[in-house]
Amino acid sequence: MRERYIAGIDQGTASSRCLIFDHSGRIVSVSQKEHRHIFPRPGWVEHDPEEIWANVQQVVSQALSDAGLQPKDLAALGIANQRETTIVWERETGRPVHQAINWQDTRTDALLRQLAEIPGAGRTRELAGLPLASYFSGPKLRWLLDNVAGLRGRAEAGELLFGTMDSWLIWRLTGRHLTDVTNASRTLLMNLHTLAWDEQLIELMGVPRVMLPEIRPSAEVYGEARGELAGVPVAAALGDQQAALFGQTCFEIGDAKCTYGTGSFMLLNTGPRPVQSGHGLLTTVCPQVGAEAPTYALEGSIAVTGALVQWVRDKLELIGSAPEIETLARSVEDSGGCYFVPAFSGLYAPHWRSDARGVITGLTGYITKAHLARAVLEATAWQSREVLDAMSSDAGVELQTLRVDGGMTANNLLMQILADVLDVGVVRPIVAENVSLGGAYAAGLAVGFWESRDELRSNWHIAAQWLPNMEPERRERGYRKWRKAVERATGWLDEDDERF
Amino acid sequence: MDWTWLAEALPRAPHGGGKTWRVRLRMRRTGDSTPATAAVAPPVTRGNLYLEYDIVKLGSEPTAAVLIAGTPPDLVVRDDQQAVPGRIQSIERAAAILRLLSGRSRQIGVVDLAEELRLPKGTVHGILRTLQHVGFVEQDPQTGKYRLGAALLHMGSTYLDGNELRTRALNWSDSLASRTQEEVRLGTLHEGRVLIVHHVFRPDDSLQTLDVGTLLPAHATALGKVLLASHPHVAEELIEAGLSSYTEMTISVPDKLRRELESVRDRGWASDAGELELLRGSIAAPIIDRTGRTAGAMGIFGSPQRLFTAQVPRPELLTHVREHARAVSHELGAIPW
Repeated sequence: MRERYIAGIDQGTASSRCLIFDHSGRIVSVSQKEHRHIFPRPGWVEHDPEEIWANVQQVVSQALSDAGLQPKDLAALGIANQRETTIVWERETGRPVHQAINWQDTRTDALLRQLAEIPGAGRTRELAGLPLASYFSGPKLRWLLDNVAGLRGRAEAGELLFGTMDSWLIWRLTGRHLTDVTNASRTLLMNLHTLAWDEQLIELMGVPRVMLPEIRPSAEVYGEARGELAGVPVAAALGDQQAALFGQTCFEIGDAKCTYGTGSFMLLNTGPRPVQSGHGLLTTVCPQVGAEAPTYALEGSIAVTGALVQWVRDKLELIGSAPEIETLARSVEDSGGCYFVPAFSGLYAPHWRSDARGVITGLTGYITKAHLARAVLEATAWQSREVLDAMSSDAGVELQTLRVDGGMTANNLLMQILADVLDVGVVRPIVAENVSLGGAYAAGLAVGFWESRDELRSNWHIAAQWLPNMEPERRERGYRKWRKAVERATGWLDEDDERF
Repeated sequence: MDWTWLAEALPRAPHGGGKTWRVRLRMRRTGDSTPATAAVAPPVTRGNLYLEYDIVKLGSEPTAAVLIAGTPPDLVVRDDQQAVPGRIQSIERAAAILRLLSGRSRQIGVVDLAEELRLPKGTVHGILRTLQHVGFVEQDPQTGKYRLGAALLHMGSTYLDGNELRTRALNWSDSLASRTQEEVRLGTLHEGRVLIVHHVFRPDDSLQTLDVGTLLPAHATALGKVLLASHPHVAEELIEAGLSSYTEMTISVPDKLRRELESVRDRGWASDAGELELLRGSIAAPIIDRTGRTAGAMGIFGSPQRLFTAQVPRPELLTHVREHARAVSHELGAIPW
């Protein structure tokens, strides 16, 4: 019999990618296509759902042909996708009634202040695990119903369907209208305990129940693809960060991963019990395979990590390329007492302070651009430390090792600083593409391509490891200074400042 | 960073006579629509001229210097076309000098250069002083001889930072480790030794330690031999300093090493079946950047038993090493397949 493969689609914010994996979890081929970002007004970010669907089809075909494969060589296809991005389309024709509203879009800010006044609005954390914030899909759907003429009436009549990116792609691939638990957990509409749409939340958000997709496990055969991929089982859907958690095989309580990209996302598996955070973390659900009991995770998001390096490159022009930050930072022993809090648009977890703005503190005449470069890398490490501390205290788990992935893991100095500052071992696995891999793993489990999670674990190998090597006094002194720097960043904005 | 030069001859200076021109030079980053920098030259009156400028990136230190020579009307460049008509002798001569200096690692004196180029000593001296002024060559204060300058070595894409190399190679080095089930290292040449800039563990979850930053002897590793093959002057320096022996396999006889490097150059890969440590061998291939230079080498390390059959690399391992090194070169823009 010919060897079979799994395709993992990674429908991301910047591009759609398709990676094909073999049975050992090794990459066989990669194809990628970027899509447009539409900015109708400041703070508004949209995608064209039709363009994304066309790109997804194209990258899958390209990845297959690059590897010399046919659709029939695929045992299954899994989808990992950008979360929270919201689409509404016509049940009858499949045509979107509006561009997709991207997760970064902040048009619902005013709406949220309104919703917060409603009695019971404070219960979202307890019911959905999330604060009432513009980030999530529910408010974006409500905005569309309120602002696009005729939409609410048509939605109530059952003519329109709502979905996140996974739903949109699965609907186009198989004709079914569904979503998985990880994507549904980002809508502010799903009850985290029952994994079903929650009547109170639906009422609070004011959206018609009839347009919501069916919530399914993350890994099960949703149907067979039609069209070009005819016959390929579509067998998984996962939000990208949960997919990375799965790709990193963080299956046990206390397993944690952090993806270091433009921003960074740390997720900690907390097992069968949803942990309510007292420190500004989100409670979210882990990918669910078939009918198994749900498991949960705490999630901490950091807005600016890699973006700070890009800023130093593009705006300060201290370096010519992102990797050069390491060369520059290595030319000095430490940051010279300089701290950089990159609160460019406020601070995310664990502070959630929208009135914060960036500061560089501890400047003296001694500081050179090399010290600044070091402070830039340390900023990522200290922010990770804050999130990790919040996680340990919420979940009562002591982390032994942090699994990392994402573009910034190429920076060896950053990885060492991270191990030093977190005081845990930091490991990079041999496959860096954990989002696609997670989607592929879930799909492969659903069709029996892989037997069990143990088999997936045996595919996971350490490519590099960094161990803590910093005196505790130095670490604590540094952390104290970092917290003082954060204090200086918060409360910067005043009531009468323009918020942008 | 890629820069495009825009040079234009401006209308004659108001106070000037028939042969006075002002020249405006601008540089533009590829892809940007507006020039980032500009400099206007003082009026020049000679038919044949040199202009030297420090090009200042707005709001920062001078980062590049330029030397433009020619007759003013020749400098008129419209839009993106760098159509300097005809060839300019002095630039050709300067290029020949730079080529000679880059061909050897030791310094050369004016007399030797003049002899080799069959040019008057005064002419060579003039060009050297100009090149020295813009930082393209340096003069040793003790010997008075010349060598390539730091400004030239760090210019443009020919200088590839080890951290940059690691970033660009990451996916492929991982893939090489997982396909061969061996450790992978990337190295660059650093003062006659191999500097390890990237290290991927053997994917068997045994206890291993990251050795990025370590220096290995060049003549006793596959990585080093790949690098020496494309930098023969460094090899000659090592030979002159004396080749240490690490095992009975180490190539420590000068002519034997020269022949070995020649065959590495011809076949495009190198191996070491225990030349540094008897129980560890390596197979490596070059990483080429888009200027065609060897930017580094990538290879696998493992027990000679696994890597070799009768000291010959196992064909499937060798193919993986070469294909993955080629993929990194492709990533760097060297091979437009």
